[in-house]
Amino acid sequence: MTLELARDNGMPTATNGTAALEQSPFAIRGLTVSYGEKPAVFSVDMTVEAGKMTAIIGPNGAGKSTLLKAALGVVPPVSGRVQVFGKPLDTQRARIAYVPQRASVDWDFPTRVIDVVIMGLYRELGLLGRITGRHKAAARDCLERVGMADFADRQIGQLSGGQQQRVFLARALAQGADLYLLDEPFAGVDAATEKAIIAVLKQLRAEGKTVVVVHHDLATVTDYFDNVFLINTRKVAEGPVSEAFTADTLQAAYGGRLATAQVDQLGVAPVMGGVY
Amino acid sequence: MLFDALLLQLGYNATLVAIGATLLGVSAGITGTFLFLRKRALVSDAVSHATLPGVGIAFLVMVALGGDGRNLAGLLLGSAISAGIGLWCLNWLTRNTRLAEDAAIGAVLSVFFGFGIVILTVIQTLGVGRQAGLEGFLLGSTAGMLWNDALVIAGGGAAALLLIVLMRRPMTMVAFDPEYAAARGISVSRIDMAMMGLVMAVTVVGLKIVGLILIVALLIIPAVTARFWTERSDLVVLLAGVAGGVAAYVGAALSASAPNLPTGPIIVLVSFALFALSLLFAPNRGVLAAVLRHIRFQRQVHLRQGLLAVAQEQLIYEPLTLRLLRRHGLLRADGVPTEKGRARAAKALRDEHRWALVRSDQSHEAAAAMYDGLRDIETVLTADQIREIDNLIGGPKEVSA
Ligand SMILES: Nc1ncnc2c1ncn2[C@@H]1O[C@H](COP(=O)(O)OP(=O)(O)OP(=O)(O)O)[C@@H](O)[C@H]1O
Ligand SMILES: [Mg+2]
Repeated sequence: MTLELARDNGMPTATNGTAALEQSPFAIRGLTVSYGEKPAVFSVDMTVEAGKMTAIIGPNGAGKSTLLKAALGVVPPVSGRVQVFGKPLDTQRARIAYVPQRASVDWDFPTRVIDVVIMGLYRELGLLGRITGRHKAAARDCLERVGMADFADRQIGQLSGGQQQRVFLARALAQGADLYLLDEPFAGVDAATEKAIIAVLKQLRAEGKTVVVVHHDLATVTDYFDNVFLINTRKVAEGPVSEAFTADTLQAAYGGRLATAQVDQLGVAPVMGGVY
Repeated sequence: MLFDALLLQLGYNATLVAIGATLLGVSAGITGTFLFLRKRALVSDAVSHATLPGVGIAFLVMVALGGDGRNLAGLLLGSAISAGIGLWCLNWLTRNTRLAEDAAIGAVLSVFFGFGIVILTVIQTLGVGRQAGLEGFLLGSTAGMLWNDALVIAGGGAAALLLIVLMRRPMTMVAFDPEYAAARGISVSRIDMAMMGLVMAVTVVGLKIVGLILIVALLIIPAVTARFWTERSDLVVLLAGVAGGVAAYVGAALSASAPNLPTGPIIVLVSFALFALSLLFAPNRGVLAAVLRHIRFQRQVHLRQGLLAVAQEQLIYEPLTLRLLRRHGLLRADGVPTEKGRARAAKALRDEHRWALVRSDQSHEAAAAMYDGLRDIETVLTADQIREIDNLIGGPKEVSA
């Protein structure tokens, strides 16, 4: 297990042991991503611990989504290396499930909820495999887990935002992956749904899967997560919640956006709502 | 005559044209669906217009080499190359400049088309009499279609279909959610390129029959037509293939049934007729269905509001509401509710209370999503569930309707 507090960070790669790199389900080294000339993510190292739930935390525009997208090759990085379960990303695609932030989909697309979840099975189906009752049952099962089974035959555009979010979570579940990367699954979701989603994620962890979640609500971090990763273009801190989620690191990540009083409050008893 | 044409009884050429057109219609309809789902329908217009310079140049090259300038395979090869260059320009413009795709399409389309027309004009002034109907590629010309031409069309169409069968899943995924597709390791740019390759193949193959100006109609209209009938992408693809094939076959037969009817434009008109029928009569998404649905909805609203007003002993002013209540025998002519009216009103009010409970209970989420203030609760919940709710509400257990 690697704990590291990177308050003195900035120095990429070499300092991080290769053992950690080999064992981690998701290890990033020296990742820099830029839209145009301004880096959105700069020289970031991340080592996700296996079988744990990790929160990626940072203010709006900190590069959280960019970090995940670049690590998955959705946007091209300027530099950096990603290893998944100690191997190159492309050999491990089948073990990764990703839920995008605001799914970049066309809501009037002719597809039902169940068809969206079956997309999670495409790798299993191959190019020509027929969709059988077994696949449909598996998809329904995943919908059941997120409480959306009754919506299976609706057109995807007829769902509310929170319901759509749960369908995309079901699609990720259908992949049967070992590593789950979720970009703000709780955004725009009501309290009951949030509870349902977190239950699903905790169950995944209980099955030994690794879960990484971009998260905004500082008040629930201690409740939900084992580890945190604080980012604001550069890495701010990484490690167990008790060590890396402190007034200091929050101040460093959020700067003036987070009043000292609020941080103090968090440190003692996490009672406040999301901070932006 | 038309009947003969539909049964392929009008001779060799007409039969060849009908078969070729049908194959083209099917493959264009299916290919076009993916383009439509990817929201890049107009790219095909740029591609088709970009074929023209290639046709002219291929003709010149073949003549210069001492061959027959009208060799279809040669001309199509030329058109494919120039369409490929046009596509490359289009991609380059959208990727490396700030031009949006629609502007880039306009630029590529007009420049290539203009250049093509210049070349055709030059050819006309060069070897008189030999250019032999290159303008036919603008709007299609089937008069002198040969067995070999039909083979080229059949081969191209079949190849396109085969590729689509192989790529339908990644193409659907990219069209629906490109970011997710990329995260799963699908190369979005490569899928897009393959899709454009398919469009190019269909366009080139269709030049002879419908011509480059109208090919976009064959690609897009069937997809739009099919979309009216289903909410499933795989069915949209299939139906578009059928619509494209039927339109092409009927169109080709129609044009063969009388002299001087141009094949391509007739096919497009038939295709449009299918579209118009779908637009009007398709269930759910059709215009007529929408109008009917609205009228029915309006009546339900009035009836339900009327019943609630009766239950709460409020006065009703809306003439439509009064009329509907009377017609259903819920209100007497003098405005006093009938026995049945009173019972229905009580039931409506009770349903309101039941719904309120259903909507506040997370475990009934799917049922709650059906709430529209109109529906009878029995259509959504089982008798047992309703009894449970009634127990919570208390009061009379049964309200007869
Ligand atoms: N497609 C894009 N083109 C240009 N700039 C972008 C693009 N996407 C993101 N950016 C910029 O990159 C930076 C990081 O964006 P990113 O979406 O990764 O932030 P985030 O941490 O996920 O924020 P949020 O909490 O709002 O989701 C921002 O400054 C943003 O403006
Ligand atoms: Mg984000």
